[in-house]
Amino acid sequence: MPEKFDAIVVGAGPAGISCAYDLAKGGANVLLLERGEYPGSKNVMGGVLYRKMMEDIIPGFYKEAPVERPIVEQRFMMMDKESAVTFSYKGLEWAKEPYNNFTVLRGNFDQWYAAKAVEQGAILVNETVVLECIVENNKVVGVRTDRPDGDIYADVVVLADGVNSLLAQKLGFHKEYKPEEVALATMEILKLDKKVIEDRFNLEENQGCTIELFGDATKGILGTGFLYTNKDTLSIGVGTLLSGLIKHKIKPYELLEYVKNHPMIRPYIQGSEPQEYLAHLIPEGGYKSMGKIVGDGVIVIGDASQLVNAIHREGSNLAMTSGRLAAETVLFAKKMGDFSESTLNLYREKLMDCFVGQDMKKYQDSTHHFNKFPQYFDEYIPMVNKAASQMFTVDGASKWEKQKKIWNGLGSPKEKMKLARDVFRVWKVMK
Amino acid sequence: MEGDEIMSEQKKYSTIEEKQYLVRFNADTKSHLHVKDEDICLNHCPDKICTIFCPAEIYKWEDIRMHVGYEGCHECGSCRIGCPHQNIKWEYPKGGHGIVFRLG
Repeated sequence: MPEKFDAIVVGAGPAGISCAYDLAKGGANVLLLERGEYPGSKNVMGGVLYRKMMEDIIPGFYKEAPVERPIVEQRFMMMDKESAVTFSYKGLEWAKEPYNNFTVLRGNFDQWYAAKAVEQGAILVNETVVLECIVENNKVVGVRTDRPDGDIYADVVVLADGVNSLLAQKLGFHKEYKPEEVALATMEILKLDKKVIEDRFNLEENQGCTIELFGDATKGILGTGFLYTNKDTLSIGVGTLLSGLIKHKIKPYELLEYVKNHPMIRPYIQGSEPQEYLAHLIPEGGYKSMGKIVGDGVIVIGDASQLVNAIHREGSNLAMTSGRLAAETVLFAKKMGDFSESTLNLYREKLMDCFVGQDMKKYQDSTHHFNKFPQYFDEYIPMVNKAASQMFTVDGASKWEKQKKIWNGLGSPKEKMKLARDVFRVWKVMK
Repeated sequence: MEGDEIMSEQKKYSTIEEKQYLVRFNADTKSHLHVKDEDICLNHCPDKICTIFCPAEIYKWEDIRMHVGYEGCHECGSCRIGCPHQNIKWEYPKGGHGIVFRLG
């Protein structure tokens, strides 16, 4: 290994690999460090990879990458205990190029993606934990690893070390997260015959479906469940704010079992065999929890900088774009021969100018809002279910009578005011 | 609905032991997780909430001390963030050790 690199990227996930790929492609001498046995071995994701942001890095990647199924239908189920109001969009424009998104299994995908970065000239070293950044004169100049003689130097260090980002925290870039800033997600990969998946989810061959679950899936706690189709497996999971689990004293894997056995979900997964159980945190504090992301000789990308759009379950795409923009910035800094914070701040500007920063800002109050007002999940979703049941049950009552009953079911004038206020509030935080 | 109630409902469902059996671990010989001050768990933490929210249930209260089954840790970080007394020293396992996800 050379004595000094142009850049060291810490962490081989979507953000880190994207950054290393573009850096190597741009002619930089880049080291990609991964603490796991192989890229992907520590990584967890519900499973949706967005085509556009990946294609910004490798055009046509899906022709050779190990993707599972292109998604043609996205369903949203608002669940009560024995019912669900579902809406969905299915569009066959998503079944062909250029596609919208794919399900992936990260164990396969990240290994493939990291190998592509290596093809471009990045040096990948697995099984290496970065203990801390080496700081000299307030400037990050390298990393200290857990290998013997493990100090490695570079002009710039890119931290892509994921949600826990102990490295950015040690630099003082962000404080320790609070339980209401992270969601704990557990999931299982369930083996199920390919044909059975296609029949149950109403799919042609090589088409996929995602279902997001709200309401009773999380027992009314702020969070969501999900059920995604892979080739011959399903990914099923549930994530809630850690603070919610603490408050309600619920075991996360029991919540997962609750979802798996929910009468609205069980028929989809019946007869499947669990293959793997996974748990991971998701940074959900949003824009307001983002710490410092640029310093002298250092840039923070992906989950490590809280880049998750929880409302639209986007994360890996934000990670990839942040990795790409970090690479652009580092290549520019290399040309200028200046790796100071003021030059690297170009990354922050680019990030905040594109969809990543814009969406982070747009939804900056959403997590806090829904956390503060749990009634959306534990009152209004059951209310919608009840209204649908009343309206669609044919029992001899006239539709006017039914409407009146539903209207009265909303409660007293005071309760109706509260509902109106909550509708306004949700419009305000989502607009 | 509180935790106990769900538990009684779910006896027929798969247990954490069954789930953990599906996962590959390459445990280091020494723990990457440490309770900083055992007295806090014993005398100042009646809820011992880590024994509830840890997704791998590696924290187990044994009469007077917290047993930490680090070998089954998913390295999610919840205990570090969720411990009401910030009483857990949390590090990554040595390179190449710890949990090895094969699929998701």
